[in-house]
Amino acid sequence: MDLPLSDFRQMAVEEFDTSKLLRHAAKQAQERGYRNFPIVDVDSHHYESESIGEILEYMDDPVLRQLALSAKQANAKSVGVLPAGVGYQDMGGRVTRYPLRRLEKTEAGVQRDIALTRRWMDAIGIDIAVMFPTPMLQLGLHPQVEVEVALARAYNRWLTERVLAHEPRIRSMLYLPFNDADASFRMVQEFGAAKGVVGFMVTSARYRPVHHNSYMRTYALLEEMGLPIAFHAGYNWDDRMVGLMNRFIAVHALGFAFYNMVHLANWITNGLPERFPKLKVLWIEGGLAWIPFMMQRFDNEYMMRSSEAPALKKPPSEYMREMYFSSQPMEMTDMAALEQTFRMIKAETQLLYSSDYPHWDFDLPSTIYDLPFLSEQAKRNILGGNAIRLFNLKLPAKKLATVA
Amino acid sequence: MAEIFVAKIAQFADGERRIVTDGKREIGVFHWRGAYYAYENLCLHQGGPACEGLLMHKVEDVIAPDRTWAGQRFSDCEIHFVCPWHGYEYDLKTGECAADRRLKLKRFEVLRRGEDLYVISD
Repeated sequence: MDLPLSDFRQMAVEEFDTSKLLRHAAKQAQERGYRNFPIVDVDSHHYESESIGEILEYMDDPVLRQLALSAKQANAKSVGVLPAGVGYQDMGGRVTRYPLRRLEKTEAGVQRDIALTRRWMDAIGIDIAVMFPTPMLQLGLHPQVEVEVALARAYNRWLTERVLAHEPRIRSMLYLPFNDADASFRMVQEFGAAKGVVGFMVTSARYRPVHHNSYMRTYALLEEMGLPIAFHAGYNWDDRMVGLMNRFIAVHALGFAFYNMVHLANWITNGLPERFPKLKVLWIEGGLAWIPFMMQRFDNEYMMRSSEAPALKKPPSEYMREMYFSSQPMEMTDMAALEQTFRMIKAETQLLYSSDYPHWDFDLPSTIYDLPFLSEQAKRNILGGNAIRLFNLKLPAKKLATVA
Repeated sequence: MAEIFVAKIAQFADGERRIVTDGKREIGVFHWRGAYYAYENLCLHQGGPACEGLLMHKVEDVIAPDRTWAGQRFSDCEIHFVCPWHGYEYDLKTGECAADRRLKLKRFEVLRRGEDLYVISD
């Protein structure tokens, strides 16, 4: 494969191997002794678009399935039914695993997502990874609600049957087709007890308010089943406000925080933590810097305007400290600010390490392990212990990842 | 001090690179426009193989005399190598991180000995 460069040159690449790309990560795992404690990654990804043919076999609606299969063949640019927004996650190919991943060879007889995921988990030292899709993170923006529902169910069936059933190191919080509240409820009923399912996930880039009454029975069911709900951040360059920004760096930096901020604001001010006190809520892939802002902003206004959030019995930040947050992409340029953030979110019990691998801004466990202000116990909690508790994971004593 | 063999000069084309090791660490050696440059193959960010990514000229904004934006171009002279893990860019001629030049990769001397090229590791 020839990668286009900044002049007449191209970079010729013949092969790609995740283990080789991540050999420095494997060295970090060895040097830091990750063999001695479990590491759980609560947000990682695969590219379900590469398996869309298989996934569509699980789609019940014959008309939609035919439409999707046809679009897959006719449209070389994308798979047709998945919304493909403008964006440059690969930085013009600078993050080479984006274009090169198609060159990677996997062993025969092992499902490709399983083979690739095991490979990077072992290199990084991760025992359990919670896996999410990639293009489907935009599916909440699909103009046809029925397509979101049909694709979500097909994907969830495919994932549970083809992946989760065969590799206990891979878990998932399944996709909730949140634009249809009834379908979301049915999805929890149908898949909530399936092997490898540790909760359900709402893609945040969408335009439905989380406090709408139609969702209450789904939250109640999740609470009853002891399954967490996660909101996975995303961007939408077609949003009018985001569209004011012409550089992807700005779209990504603000976009990935923005939707989660809106949903969290609604979650708190409508008193959902009081209505569902045992429902565990996880906010994924917004980084951490936005959380102290929300805490201070909402505490300050709440003290003056508590009549507008009358269900609350304490300041908003105290509810937020009972929620869970994934770590990546962790803002690491100001160590004092990061330490303050850890204190404010009670990181020792509420923060969950996430890699986001293989996406462009992935974080290794060393981003947590090397922090100078954490105790060894706090590091281990964040890297694994907190997730084990949240998801009620039963892990063997032996390290699952291959770490030298 | 150790001399690490890099390549036969005749077999190391302009625009190419080699990754060598002194047993403790990896060193990336670049041949660019007739000169050789060598840096530790370890990104200052999260430890990625910084010297193994794309060679890309610096992207520049073109600002007109009236300070309006007139487009973008690739620099004629400033070339970067890009860490493939996360996109950190380094100036190939100095090893400085393009985003913050106070950060620099460890640099190694390159030595020509006859038809062979070596780096000197400390």
